[in-house]
Amino acid sequence: MSKRKAVSLISGGLDSMLATKTILEQGIHVEGINFFTGFCVEGHTHAIRKRDQKKPKRNNALWVAEQLGIKLHIIDVVEEYKSVLLNPRHGYGANMNPCLDCKGFMVRKALEWMEENGFDFIITGEVIGQRPMSQRRDTLPVIARESGANDRLLRPLCAKLLPPTLPEREGWVDRERLHDFSGRSRKPQMRLAARFGLKDYAQPAGGCCFLTDKSYSDRLVDLWQARDRRDYELDDIMLLKVGRHLRPRPGFKMIIGREQGENKFMEGYRRQFMHMHTTSCPGPLVLIDGRPDEQELELAARITARFSQGRDQARVRVAVTDRNGVSRELEVAPLPPQDIAPEWHI
Amino acid sequence: MSEHRLDARRLLCPMPVIRTQDRIKDLAPGDILEVICTDPGASNDIPAWCRINGHSLLSCHERDGEIVLRIEVGGD
Repeated sequence: MSKRKAVSLISGGLDSMLATKTILEQGIHVEGINFFTGFCVEGHTHAIRKRDQKKPKRNNALWVAEQLGIKLHIIDVVEEYKSVLLNPRHGYGANMNPCLDCKGFMVRKALEWMEENGFDFIITGEVIGQRPMSQRRDTLPVIARESGANDRLLRPLCAKLLPPTLPEREGWVDRERLHDFSGRSRKPQMRLAARFGLKDYAQPAGGCCFLTDKSYSDRLVDLWQARDRRDYELDDIMLLKVGRHLRPRPGFKMIIGREQGENKFMEGYRRQFMHMHTTSCPGPLVLIDGRPDEQELELAARITARFSQGRDQARVRVAVTDRNGVSRELEVAPLPPQDIAPEWHI
Repeated sequence: MSEHRLDARRLLCPMPVIRTQDRIKDLAPGDILEVICTDPGASNDIPAWCRINGHSLLSCHERDGEIVLRIEVGGD
């Protein structure tokens, strides 16, 4: 009989790494799969912000795959993911995170890949009771069922607490050498990592997804409210990760670069957005999302001046460039800090 | 053996890696793919992806603020 093959959902975190290693140790051929939704907390946010450039800019999923010695297939699911986020059957968690629908979606995509590539089963790093929405005793079966993977979905870290799956019943893997982890404690994972000799693994506090982050979720909801429609493009959700976001009036939002790295990144969007920058002194690049009228434009210019190095000067010149690349200059007084209402910040 | 080029400028990681991966799927062993990126993360991620998946990174250097990687497609 040829070697059995498993596809493993690799997030870049410790649990999926341990689950994969557990199955590799049983002589199964494993390849990793990783999904890019657009909301992944990835190296690029470090790459954008200059002050973070001393940190390694590695992609954790690739790093994990290399440590484990397995292939990794990264799948772009940005378009398909919209329906998961916009209409989750099981709703959202504490923020805009549709964790249960998301996991079902990813396992279903892994199942499609498994079938196309002649693999036998799927593994994940799920642990009973680890996450409040998707990793519960009552929701793990929902994922198995709704993804269509059913008993070809094996969770090596908590398999002993679940009914035997196909790979266990068929003897492809030895159930006795799987694990019985449960709850939010990380101690069993740490012990197993030590046993495997794994060090230096990533431990993202809020997981690896921006949708579990409150301020990110607030920006996303604000975007939908302002546009009066729940939709997004990849550029929209990328820009939610960058800069200071201010909405001084309902009709427009300002994205203000906080340092050189962000300004440089935002330069790539100058053709899609009206933008401002100060010309009489150094200052940030500001993208304007929406359609401000003349009065609002002046307010935006005063705010732009406020965040420039000319904030203490009486007058600052601000260039306004529309989407067609046509520029003109306004001369404005920087807005005093106390006039920037806290609720403008999103 | 043929030479190919992939423009991954302005894309943020992991998109340059995904585009490289999807392009290499259609190439033959021994083919050369030149990838041009602007995200500095690509200079770590694409080499890592090549090592994992058995392709050879021939060179990786910066040219006018852009990162140029040359990859030789490996056998399966």
